[in-house]
Amino acid sequence: MVENTGKPLDRVDGRLKVTGAARYSAEWDVPNLAHAAVVSSTVARGSVRALDTAAARAAPGVLAVLSHENAPRLQPLPEKVGGTLFRGEGGMTETRQPLQDTAVHYAGQPLAVVVADTLERARHAASLVRVTYAEQPPELTLKSVSQRSLPETFVGNKDEKLQVTVGDPKAALAAAPVRLERVYESAITHHNPIEPLATIARWEQRNGGEFLTLYDTSRGVENLQEVMATSLGLPKESVQVICPFIGGAFGAKGWLFAPPLLTAMAARLAGRPVKLEWRRQDMFSVAGQRAATHQTLSLGASRDGKLLALQHDTQTHASIMSGYTEPCARVSRMLYAVPNLGFSHQLAHLHLPSPCPMRGPGETVGGWALECAMDELAAELSLDPVELRLRNYADKNPETGKPWSSKHLRECYERGKALIGWDQRNPKPRAMREGNQLVGYGMATTMYPAARRPAEARATLFADGRALVQSATHELGNGAYTIFRQISADGLALPLERVRFELGDSALPAAPTSGGSATTATIGPAALEACRNVLTALKRLAIQQAQSPLHGAAEDAIEARDGRLVLKADASRGEDYAAILRRAKLPLVAATASVKPGEEREQYSFYSFGAVFVKVRVDEASGSIRLARLCAVYDVGRLMNPKTAHSQIIGGVMMGLGATLMEETQYDARTGRAVVRNLADYHVPSLADTPDITVEWLGIPDPHISELGARGIGEIGCVGTPAAITNAVYHATGQRLRSLPLTPDKLLRG
Amino acid sequence: MHPSQYQRATDATQAVAAVAARPTAAFVAGGTSQLDLMKEGVLRPDLLVDVTPLALTTISPLDGGLRLGAGVSNTAAALHPEVQRRYAAVSEALLAGASTQIRNMASLGGNPLQRTRCPYFRDPAQPCNKREPGSGCAALGGYNRVHAIFGASDKCVATHPSDLAVALSALDARVQTTGPNGPRSIPFPELHRLPGDAPQQDTTLAHGELITSLDLPAFDGRSHYLKVRERASYAFALVSCAVALEMDGKKIRRARVALGGVAHKPWRLPAEVEAMLTGKKPGEKLFRAVADKAFAEAKPLEHNAYKIPMGRNLLVRALLETSGLQPLQGPAGTAFAASVGGVSGEVAAR
Amino acid sequence: MLLDALREQLHLTGTKKGCDHGQCGACTVHIDGQSALSCLTLAVMSEGRAITTIEGLARGEELHPVQEAFVKHDAFQCGYCTPGQIMAATALVQDRQQRSAAEIREAMSGNLCRCAAYANIIAAIQEAQRA
Ligand SMILES: Cc1cc2nc3c(=O)[nH]c(=O)nc-3n(C[C@H](O)[C@H](O)[C@H](O)COP(=O)(O)OP(=O)(O)OC[C@H]3O[C@@H](n4cnc5c(N)ncnc54)[C@H](O)[C@@H]3O)c2cc1C
Ligand code: SF4
Ligand code: FES
Ligand code: FES
Repeated sequence: MVENTGKPLDRVDGRLKVTGAARYSAEWDVPNLAHAAVVSSTVARGSVRALDTAAARAAPGVLAVLSHENAPRLQPLPEKVGGTLFRGEGGMTETRQPLQDTAVHYAGQPLAVVVADTLERARHAASLVRVTYAEQPPELTLKSVSQRSLPETFVGNKDEKLQVTVGDPKAALAAAPVRLERVYESAITHHNPIEPLATIARWEQRNGGEFLTLYDTSRGVENLQEVMATSLGLPKESVQVICPFIGGAFGAKGWLFAPPLLTAMAARLAGRPVKLEWRRQDMFSVAGQRAATHQTLSLGASRDGKLLALQHDTQTHASIMSGYTEPCARVSRMLYAVPNLGFSHQLAHLHLPSPCPMRGPGETVGGWALECAMDELAAELSLDPVELRLRNYADKNPETGKPWSSKHLRECYERGKALIGWDQRNPKPRAMREGNQLVGYGMATTMYPAARRPAEARATLFADGRALVQSATHELGNGAYTIFRQISADGLALPLERVRFELGDSALPAAPTSGGSATTATIGPAALEACRNVLTALKRLAIQQAQSPLHGAAEDAIEARDGRLVLKADASRGEDYAAILRRAKLPLVAATASVKPGEEREQYSFYSFGAVFVKVRVDEASGSIRLARLCAVYDVGRLMNPKTAHSQIIGGVMMGLGATLMEETQYDARTGRAVVRNLADYHVPSLADTPDITVEWLGIPDPHISELGARGIGEIGCVGTPAAITNAVYHATGQRLRSLPLTPDKLLRG
Repeated sequence: MHPSQYQRATDATQAVAAVAARPTAAFVAGGTSQLDLMKEGVLRPDLLVDVTPLALTTISPLDGGLRLGAGVSNTAAALHPEVQRRYAAVSEALLAGASTQIRNMASLGGNPLQRTRCPYFRDPAQPCNKREPGSGCAALGGYNRVHAIFGASDKCVATHPSDLAVALSALDARVQTTGPNGPRSIPFPELHRLPGDAPQQDTTLAHGELITSLDLPAFDGRSHYLKVRERASYAFALVSCAVALEMDGKKIRRARVALGGVAHKPWRLPAEVEAMLTGKKPGEKLFRAVADKAFAEAKPLEHNAYKIPMGRNLLVRALLETSGLQPLQGPAGTAFAASVGGVSGEVAAR
Repeated sequence: MLLDALREQLHLTGTKKGCDHGQCGACTVHIDGQSALSCLTLAVMSEGRAITTIEGLARGEELHPVQEAFVKHDAFQCGYCTPGQIMAATALVQDRQQRSAAEIREAMSGNLCRCAAYANIIAAIQEAQRA
């Protein structure tokens, strides 16, 4: 049956994307659409004393001005949605609903929304709103902050405790023959998808009640539907969220809900459908961010390089109204065989915008700290960095003691070494040059938890021979349309062209928010099961039809092959799907599936692994660092489509590269206003920053995760890359840089 | 964007008159700086006079030099064979700036008149003396990593972002203008000013004074531009350096050096520092001494002290490369020659 | 602005808005055959000039060779920067020069792709150059 799955097919939505025909959230042609612009706070802490909207309301084309003075009352956010803790310390999102009071908790907080007939007029009118504040001095740095906490879990997940001690790391560190304690710091970074946030909200009367349609840049249409319904006091069925294409998310566009709530309220007030497109600068206040971290890594080892103790303590921050905690120990807790293991996370509440997951949350910067510390330990012990890792290879999960579902990391190291030419390098720091540049090689291990979540899907076979499979998942560049069509086509034994896959609509069978690299492992099995169920329904029909060649056959004696149901024992006895439906005078037959991971989750520890090797060139005189080459080898289970998978992995690698070399958001240390708030000052990697990249994978299916054997690939590329680069810079220059990003000033200061 | 009227210029005199008559009027050419800042709410002219119809788009010989029309696009100027061959620093500076699209749009007249990239200037909610005289300078005690180390005042510590301007300063180009008081010819190093007490004033041009051409004087030496930035391309300079070097046999006849990213204007080295090179044989030791001298008076702020070692090293390298003691990093007259570190990948240039 | 006129008035939404300030390249169109940013172009200033957007590139069902190459090499993921990339790339390849990878890196640096399909964009442009 495996015809399409696993093949490097072109994206099925490729034509739409290269012709500009793919429709993103701001692009729906909704009749009578009005446009919104936001007035944001210019102070970081205090309250709104007065909001003078008279001039704005009098401006040409203005339809409404929404503020705390006239905003509809919203219900509190749910405590938990789909198992994710929303509120409290360690929770996922902002608990405060927008425009319900006068409090100001960060600069850039939306205070009013102006609706007008055109975008220009809305923006102009917004510039006329005058706000006066009762200001208070904001708290803006990890050092000076009055509100701190030690969150217990990451987003309420009982398997992800944030304060853990296994064994006695303190005593083991004290007794270790070799000890190393280092502080690593990382800057605030922003996802900055090229598509900014946008929502179109339309209210209608349907079946005697209010109905809200939202076209929103959301990678969690179901989740958002529930949040909107709860907040607005509507039944869930009265809200529909639609998003067939997302212009990149990377952790944003999932867990912060003020933008769609503001748009829905504005549309209600204006009595017209409203579009709110956020400006790039707003992406630095309302779209979420990766918080800055201050991490202390302590390693204790024997002289021959066996880790005896590992302690990883993180200080990070959230906003005043969020408890989101960057889980920096995600890598430290599982990567190496270490008997004494401890980690902690201290959260400070600052007057800055709310954080949220960003590609490789915890893993990217936490793994960076660990893998840099390991490199430092290797240097201290005069061991090859790969050798040090092999000496501490974990054959089971050190925190839980569970066996891995599948782990082939050794092969990744070996292959990666060969690809980059590891053994040909001169291992001494500062020993290699090209022209006036220093050259360095570095490596790091990467990993990613292989999550799988419950999901539903529906499969429909039509009498004309076509099929449709649906699930409310998302296309955000991950190739969802393509791979789920591939999987569905195989599940239905139909050619690709006859199958369509639909997603991005909360009216479809339920699917979780797309994140945590779990989409393939989650939706793939659901789609497959729905296909199986619809074929079963069809078999039953055939069995009952007197004229069918399959009449009276046992259900399990029948199989699907090339668009036909046939007897397993005699493939010549059978008929195509359409014939069965036509005979039954049915336009279609449909079936749903609801699947979830099972016992295996308790038995095994599910992770992907990999090894990243890089070669850098460092221009020491100017502090400029460039990547010449990156070679990475991954153990990520079976790939559904190597072509789209390759793209996702190199995309992750480049985001890791950006976080390492150039990405950094600055807020003014006095006022809390974003100083870096556009794409000229916030540097994301350009084409010119792209090294020669070789990415390989082992292609070994995970025997336990699902019958597809596929783990996720969306984030693993982002992890590992930062430490590999940082370690290569050390090899090139002899300098240990322990603060991200590695901008030229740091190397020159170093 | 602030509501604004738009007018196409019919001829230079009319354009000058139209802008000069209204304190709130402005020229627009490529629009890549002017419209950008209007959309930010930083500039609020109520009349835009479009100078693109003036067709100041020719490059022609002039007294052994070249006259570059103010309306020539950055792309056209950079790729012009005579510019590339005789004034490599100009091509290098242009091609190491912005992006292909922006260079296609941007004019030579507009480029040196683009406004600072000081992030506080771009945010109307922040105090900024340049945008709103008297409101204060947020950068002074704020985030000032990209700000000036030379010639700043307590009113403004911004830097000038143009790459082209640095090259033109080193080459002693002349700016031809037509203004309300008739035509003028301005030595390029005198086009921009230091902030002093009036940071709102970037240049010495009068309101309504139109640049018609940038004239490159005859030059038979080598010129070169180097730029350090945080991303391999499509980023403004942290520090840059232009050198125009004329030789007498093995000795330096005249060396002119300008630095970018360090001051409110292209920072021409003081005459006495440039003179340290005159009559000497090129050499690293000499260049180091010049660099030390050049940066002796630098005054860093809280976050930009790195510009001193960076600038010193860059100056030395620019002199070494221009004098041929070290190879260029890419073909002369291209972005590859200018970009310190080159692009990523095993092959950094070409 | 030309970008808003295209997207909001003409409903030609293939041209994307990523930053609205010349900092991303998503809004790239051709003006008189050259790549230009529609977010920094006044609609009135482009009167009388030839403007091509992504919608005008394919001939009916037949994709432009650059579009073909982008699909073949998977030179995008989310697709949001893609029209701008393709407009920049089609302008680039029209001179029929065979550019090296380093030259493509430099020439195309004004089109940011946060999905970072960059390595594939290089491959796609190299293929289109040969076409
Ligand atoms: C994202 C981005 C990155 C950039 N990167 C760089 C870079 O790395 N290096 C660099 O040097 N530049 C860079 N730039 C700036 C760009 O090069 C300039 O904006 C451009 O050169 C200005 O030319 P223009 O024709 O578009 O000017 P406009 O925007 O049309 O005008 C700029 C100013 O000049 C005035 N003006 C225009 N023409 C005349 C004239 N003939 N006479 C008198 N006044 C005139 C206008 O009134 C206005 O005040 C970048 C710009 C952007 C948006
Ligand atoms: S440095 Fe100049 S431009 Fe920047 S805030 Fe201060 S006054 Fe304004
Ligand atoms: S939208 Fe025009 S460059 Fe970003
Ligand atoms: S494909 Fe997503 S930004 Fe380029």
